[in-house]
Amino acid sequence: MAARAQPLGWGIRAGGGLALALVAALTLGTLAALAVRAEPGRGLGAGDWAAVRFTLVQALLSAGLSVALAVPAARALARRRFAGRGVLVALLGAPFLLPAIVAVFGLVAIWGRGGLVSAAVAPLGFGPVDLYGLRGVVLAHVFFNLPLVTRLLLLGWAAIPAEQFRLAAQLGFGPRETFRHIEWPMLRAVVPGAFTLVFLLCMTSFAVALTLGGGPGATTIELAIYQAIRFDFDLARAAVLALLQFGLCGVVALLAARIRTEAGFGGGLGAPVRRWDTAGPGLRRLDGAVLLALGLFVGMPLAAVAVQGAPGLAELPASVWPAAGLSLVVALVSAGLALALGLGLAALIDAARARGRGGMLEGFGMIGLAASPFVIGTGLFIVLHPLTDPFALAVPVTASVNAMMALPFVLRSLLPALAEARTVDGRLADSLGMAGASRFRLVVWPRLRRPAGFAAGLAAALSMGDLGVIALFAPPEVATLPLLMQRLMAAFRTEAAAGVALVLVGLTFALFWVFDRWGRADAEV
Amino acid sequence: MRQLPLAAALILGAATALPAQDRPELVIYTYESFVSEWGPGPVIAAKFEETCACTVRFVGAGDGAALLGRLRLEGARTEADIVLGLDTNLTADAAATGLFVPHGIEVPTLDLPVAWDDPVFLPYDWGYFAFVYDASRLDNVPGSFEALIASDVSIVIHDPRSSTPGLGLLMWVKTAYGDRAPEIWEGLRERIVTVTPGWSEAYGLFLNGEVDMALAYTTSPAYHLIAEEDDAKRAAMFDEGHYMQIEVAGMTAASGQPELARSFLAFMLTDGFQSVIPTTNWMYPARVPAEGLPAGFETLAVPETPLLLSPEEARDARDAALDEWLRALSR
Repeated sequence: MAARAQPLGWGIRAGGGLALALVAALTLGTLAALAVRAEPGRGLGAGDWAAVRFTLVQALLSAGLSVALAVPAARALARRRFAGRGVLVALLGAPFLLPAIVAVFGLVAIWGRGGLVSAAVAPLGFGPVDLYGLRGVVLAHVFFNLPLVTRLLLLGWAAIPAEQFRLAAQLGFGPRETFRHIEWPMLRAVVPGAFTLVFLLCMTSFAVALTLGGGPGATTIELAIYQAIRFDFDLARAAVLALLQFGLCGVVALLAARIRTEAGFGGGLGAPVRRWDTAGPGLRRLDGAVLLALGLFVGMPLAAVAVQGAPGLAELPASVWPAAGLSLVVALVSAGLALALGLGLAALIDAARARGRGGMLEGFGMIGLAASPFVIGTGLFIVLHPLTDPFALAVPVTASVNAMMALPFVLRSLLPALAEARTVDGRLADSLGMAGASRFRLVVWPRLRRPAGFAAGLAAALSMGDLGVIALFAPPEVATLPLLMQRLMAAFRTEAAAGVALVLVGLTFALFWVFDRWGRADAEV
Repeated sequence: MRQLPLAAALILGAATALPAQDRPELVIYTYESFVSEWGPGPVIAAKFEETCACTVRFVGAGDGAALLGRLRLEGARTEADIVLGLDTNLTADAAATGLFVPHGIEVPTLDLPVAWDDPVFLPYDWGYFAFVYDASRLDNVPGSFEALIASDVSIVIHDPRSSTPGLGLLMWVKTAYGDRAPEIWEGLRERIVTVTPGWSEAYGLFLNGEVDMALAYTTSPAYHLIAEEDDAKRAAMFDEGHYMQIEVAGMTAASGQPELARSFLAFMLTDGFQSVIPTTNWMYPARVPAEGLPAGFETLAVPETPLLLSPEEARDARDAALDEWLRALSR
């Protein structure tokens, strides 16, 4: 064991430590700042508890449905090769990148009372589709997250060595046996983490949940926090709610980590996967139908966003370009930061997992997603205001917060690959005495490159679409694209705002694509 | 990592011109849309700077309660000399914080439908809340809340906990119906398609055709008329009367330059400031400038009965009205 005690370079360990420190400072630190500054408030009321209930229900439903639907979708994608597959995989990266308000308008154009679906069923004598309420919230969250989970599961499928399927074919496995013996163990390793991720994302939903929720019955904890800070100036209640949110997220993250098992496929030579079990015409049609449904579900609201935004492109204000530049800088810095910190933290977690632990560390790394942007912003403000002008720090603060928010995605993407590098190549590397940089470069990185590109793309995209913290800190001359969009909408310039949204979506998608492509440069998935 | 502060410095340095050292700086906290390039802020800053030998710096600090919350967070350490953008639903709370001082200005004649005698806050614009519709899409326009309840017209409103107009609607129903307010909300429930966190989502849903009417102002159609030459957007007139929003500014106790702050508040009620308001903030100016209102404003419907609670009444009614609203609309 002594030889494998230090397979990680000190740089990676330092990155992991820094990541933990950043998460702790931005989540618990800001929460503590709020609590210290608070005066006695009125405590949690019935409305707050109703918000807690609704938040939990919608987050569990959204995460459960996203994962349940992503399994057949990812399986169909993993076992079929067809023209346009690359486009579909790329398209799956898109919904997640949409700023909430843009996604809402896209979804309403399809599923709303005046939307395409309502128009299509009207001649059949059905009234308009009633989108608003719990179903609207869950629909929107599935629209955001089903494609994300599909991509994550696809990474899992890609990590199954081709030799496994070859062996399965020799043993005469049909689709059912293949699922039970090969795919199910992989899913048990990947699904709990993906579920946690979506659950956390949905827990902190604000604009989507409110706009599609239909009324105050659909209040989330996030709105209750907003109300406490902004409307009632009751920082104590905000701190209690934020703590509750952390607690609930922590419990779910821990439970999910407990269900998770390592897949343990052993090694492979990295040959392209061939499948012998999926040639039947029935399966082929089934997969075709699944993929068509997926493409329509994801593609139609995206098309609506493009249609709504196109006329606005002619009305773009000149300020869109500096805003785009700033958004790009912040996105690139946060992506770099998120990747560096995430790599370190993932390595720490993986080392702990090798000793059968790591659940707590993993949960802690994910907790950034459970943090309320309003609490982070207000807490940072309380801490920074006496020391310096918070406005001067708008960009670094925003980049750090965005990086922390992206950490869970980086972890989710990197951890399976790290586990694979450890279980598959670890002993050989140990016996060769490889450590530090050369071990990282030759053993770990080749497996890490693909998920790292995907994760960096997600991190950059998340940052591009983020409005949260910069809105609190930016002076009026400084705008990111989402901020500019909001200002245009407040000034009635809805069409120009839709144009800016389209620019934002285009740039974000391009950024994601570049990173993702870089990661997949040597692979077919 | 090393590039991070550098990049930030470059961007911020390029974006914010440093104030000249010998000129005092007047810091004004306000809401985002006031200071955006389409809002009144930039023109007003330039005009005031012509006369004051100072630099005006606007800070977008949230709207309504959030703006007040920001000031309370900063307390006596605040940089703000002026806070601009509170309304009369908040001024009682704001005055009670002790963070504001009386303006000490002799108030000129104002063009408000109500008398003004607040010693701390001065109004700069005002408007009536109203539901806006598109005459090319909606024929049977309801003429009251009760007619709206009886109709099949769909509306979108804002959450009063996160939106100032949302709070205004709460006060509107409360003022018009008093103890009957819960019953009205109960009836409106079927007409409300959804409740959005703020202006952008609600107005967007209306313009996209998802709902028949959206909560806005009687002056909102002026934007469509003047900037887009679209005269189909109109405000529905309700028999109960329309609740008003009066937007105000005040000077902070923490300001180190009360004279400069006071001169800005005086400037606020002159033509230089007031003539900018109608076509940037799309509200009525508190004091109509010499050249009158811009062409197009004369076409706007004017409610017969203005409704407004005093700041103290509004403060006292707020929490109970919110509870009623929550109870009626949470199923």
